[in-house]
Amino acid sequence: MTAFWILAPVMVLAALGLLFARKAVHAAMLLAVVMISLAILYAALDAPFLFAVQIIVYTGAILMLFLFVLMLVGVDASDSIVETIRGHRFASILVGLTFGATLVLGVAQASFGTVIGLDDANEGGNVPAIAEVLFTRYVFAFEITSVLLITAALGAMVLAHRERLTPKPTQAALAAQRMRDYAATGLHPGPLPPPGVFARHNAVDTPALLPDGTAAEGSISRVLAARGTVKSAPELAEDIKALTGEDSTTEGPAHTEGQS
Amino acid sequence: MNVEPFIVLSAILFTIGCVGVLTRRNAIVVFMCVELMLNASNLALVSFSHANGNLEGQIAAFFVMVVAAAEVVVGLAIIMTIFRTRRSASVDDASLLKY
Repeated sequence: MTAFWILAPVMVLAALGLLFARKAVHAAMLLAVVMISLAILYAALDAPFLFAVQIIVYTGAILMLFLFVLMLVGVDASDSIVETIRGHRFASILVGLTFGATLVLGVAQASFGTVIGLDDANEGGNVPAIAEVLFTRYVFAFEITSVLLITAALGAMVLAHRERLTPKPTQAALAAQRMRDYAATGLHPGPLPPPGVFARHNAVDTPALLPDGTAAEGSISRVLAARGTVKSAPELAEDIKALTGEDSTTEGPAHTEGQS
Repeated sequence: MNVEPFIVLSAILFTIGCVGVLTRRNAIVVFMCVELMLNASNLALVSFSHANGNLEGQIAAFFVMVVAAAEVVVGLAIIMTIFRTRRSASVDDASLLKY
């Protein structure tokens, strides 16, 4: 029971975190905590086979799938927990609390009799015992499961597949398009400038400087700019000043005004 | 080893998952809450199996895991497809049938 009393508060807290986590990735991590704790509880309940399956299937496969889809979908406004319908959250919490109270009260009133334990059933090992039941009494359900898995795999392939409707643009077509863009809007036809002319720390968040001293917008990732982690050149100059203790009257592009 | 605390914990986790499904708007987080509910029911099954001294509960939990894996695969593929057409993973945005 020690494992239970240590893990139960952790699991409840992690599950509550699932309700309040603002970022979906944090929710996935908290779910991983719940699932690994559950695996340990299974081990405590004499179910070593389910302990392994829980870790391999849930934390290994399903959570990885969740994280993979999160990575593909990215972060958007639906991550916010601001309610869109008035009173929606209050009503949901009320329903949830009523439901939970009913469940817990019902469980508290029931009596489960004496606990028999699985020592007899697990006589020759848990896995052989499970295999014996699974391949005799539940063999038909087990076979149906394989049908379900094949259907699910096919369904996922059909849903995730995208037919190409237009022919793939060739290199020549792309080059011609680039030149047309240059003629029409003045968009630079060459590659974007690389970031980080001051390779002092993580140079990808430092914009390159144009000859007139202004930052080249195209040299840093749009994502970094939106996150606000971009270090501008004047900030770095301040750092240098603080480190060397010099008065910064030196000339240089780093002091030019007009940084983005 | 008493089995009641396990059942109560399972009920609490199921309730939290239920509230999560009702309140969260990100389809993927809603899906995670469904997984939490499935896991809570698995815990109840395994503890009943322990209490009754036979392995049927563990077999049921095993089947729940298999079905959950299939469900996650198809569900996430649907979320991906919706995201591809609507550029949003919010459950509020897929409301075409409302109008």
